[in-house]
Amino acid sequence: MKADPRGVLTGEHFIDGDHACCEGALAAGARFAAGYPITPSTEVVERFAARVPTVGGTFIQMEDELAASITLQGGVWAGAKAFTVTSGPGFSLMMEHIGYAAMTETPCVFVDVQRGGPSTGLPTLPAQADMMQARWGSHGDYAVIALCPNSPQECFDLTIKAFNLSEEFRVPVMFMMDEVVGHMTEKVVIPPADQIEIVPRKHTKESVEEFQPYKTNGDLVPEIAHAGEGYRFHVTGLTHDERGYPNMTPQTQDKLVRRLQNKITSAADRIAMFEEAHLKDADVVVVSYGITSRVAQRAIDTAREQGLRVGKLRLITAWPFPEKKIRQLAGRVKAFVVPELNLGQMALEVERAAAGRAKTFSLTHAGGGVHRPEDILKVIVEASR
Amino acid sequence: MSTDLNTDLLNNDLLNTDLPDDDLVNPVEPFLRTDRMPHIWCPGCGIGTTVNCFARALIESKIDLQSLALVSGIGCTGRVAGYVALDSFHTTHGRAIPFATGLKLANPKLNVVVYSGDGDLSAIGGNHLIHAARRNIDLKVICVNNLIYAMTGGQTAPTTPDHATTSTNPYGTFEPSFNLPHLVEAAGAVYVARWTTFHVRQLARAIGEAFQKKGFSFIEVISPCPTLYQRRNKLGDSLDTMKYYKAKSKVKNGAPTSEVGLTISGEIIVGKFVDRERPDYQSMMRAQYVDSLGDRFVEPMEAEVCS
Repeated sequence: MKADPRGVLTGEHFIDGDHACCEGALAAGARFAAGYPITPSTEVVERFAARVPTVGGTFIQMEDELAASITLQGGVWAGAKAFTVTSGPGFSLMMEHIGYAAMTETPCVFVDVQRGGPSTGLPTLPAQADMMQARWGSHGDYAVIALCPNSPQECFDLTIKAFNLSEEFRVPVMFMMDEVVGHMTEKVVIPPADQIEIVPRKHTKESVEEFQPYKTNGDLVPEIAHAGEGYRFHVTGLTHDERGYPNMTPQTQDKLVRRLQNKITSAADRIAMFEEAHLKDADVVVVSYGITSRVAQRAIDTAREQGLRVGKLRLITAWPFPEKKIRQLAGRVKAFVVPELNLGQMALEVERAAAGRAKTFSLTHAGGGVHRPEDILKVIVEASR
Repeated sequence: MSTDLNTDLLNNDLLNTDLPDDDLVNPVEPFLRTDRMPHIWCPGCGIGTTVNCFARALIESKIDLQSLALVSGIGCTGRVAGYVALDSFHTTHGRAIPFATGLKLANPKLNVVVYSGDGDLSAIGGNHLIHAARRNIDLKVICVNNLIYAMTGGQTAPTTPDHATTSTNPYGTFEPSFNLPHLVEAAGAVYVARWTTFHVRQLARAIGEAFQKKGFSFIEVISPCPTLYQRRNKLGDSLDTMKYYKAKSKVKNGAPTSEVGLTISGEIIVGKFVDRERPDYQSMMRAQYVDSLGDRFVEPMEAEVCS
């Protein structure tokens, strides 16, 4: 289905990543957001608060992130597409409700504009240190999808993608921005509504008598009903059977938790998005994402000018990790260079997927700034030897 | 609206089912997920009694069940959501009110009930309780107060009264407890009542009254936990507790909520304490947008449902 034109601000804009993310959410059909102010993410909901009463929807500023992250899910079960926006400390508080969304299969989007941590850390400065938290932060076994934009344009485009994936898989999608991408102002082109593809909610077509809220039909993703439609269904964060009823047996637990994981991992290749260049002749591949990918680009260009055979693999999907791509490359390249604004998080995944067939150079940075291209270049040179 | 509940009690016809003798069913059965029985509550627990009152209030108020959603948090009372045959959400600990807020704001046509316990609503969820009352979100909150954390084994709650023994205060509690009607009135609730599980007719009537109110309504139900509170404090069994509720409850409609705090074995002031008018959140929001945006304002419901 095509986007509702009321939410689409078609045209060329000069806006920052936070504002572009908001426009992406509106274009995707988000008509409900609950938030709590936190730097450097607040501009997303500030814009939403200004825009949404003119397109038909609701924003509420809640008393904390615990509230925001579950209020949005109430909005989803009432029929809205909904999201919240935060940064590190708020993301930590939202973890329980990321687990609730995973367990109850509530389609929704969590935007994390990453800043330096741990704790209050560097409120106004960038980091990419929530990448593992995005994947593993809530307790128990589950799977999520996480996307990493590297420009305001992508903040728009990929926010739409994030909503679409959340609806297709009925899963919370983590939208992993960083402070630089959030506050960077660039040209953003918003296409006409009829050129924006929207995935509608997977609403049940079953009768009230036949409907079971967690019964799947082949594809591992159950159909949903909304409150107020007469289905009188039950939703719980407890382990539940296909009727949605609590069931405390190891068999039900096994079936449910494996399905929650498998519905994402089995579709990993389809979900995986990356940008690649010069991979055919590459000895060394720089694997990066978010703002770091733009610094890495400079290092790659310089290295190639110097005759080094360096390839680029930019992760757009961070989770599920595109390990098949890494595995294929590991068989024919010498090494991966992984610069990131943390002490080596996604580098662990690269190393795992490479499984010893290529070396992994983790180029760490604790955040508060970005890498210098020459530092990345130095490691590329080392890895090429 | 009658304030003389004891007179009403005598005229109550809730039990007149007009069914032939050979076809007797419990009139609350259609409101329950009977395929989930037996429930998990202990013998003598008061929560089932409150659910019965809730169902009877639904019968009497003739409320449209399709428009009704019930949200619970975690704990013994949190299990209510699983037993009622309604759109029902068993959420996370303390967060029933914000979840319910999302339901209500995204679909204002829904009647949203929050049904949870004292620990869930006033300790871990205390921040949400006062802010929802402040905003006057149109929610009906039923708080079953058993004075204890029951599901986890009888730990001290913010409501545990003076010197009661609990598993985490084995030598007696010493921290002051919340007076919940006083708290929610101060925060802005438009309807505040308290009954005990002895006052089944009055409780059903209060729930019905709350359905007539637009705004944040709060009904506290004092309820026994014979397993963990009464027994540990040598207060007898559930029958003894009913006798206590009967003997020591005093109906004081309109009582100042500052004077209705609970003690371990003293008087229990019950009644309807607050019934006032105040614009609810969505009315205020709409008025503000219309005032500021004029023709540019678009009603939320026009674009909200996405299926």
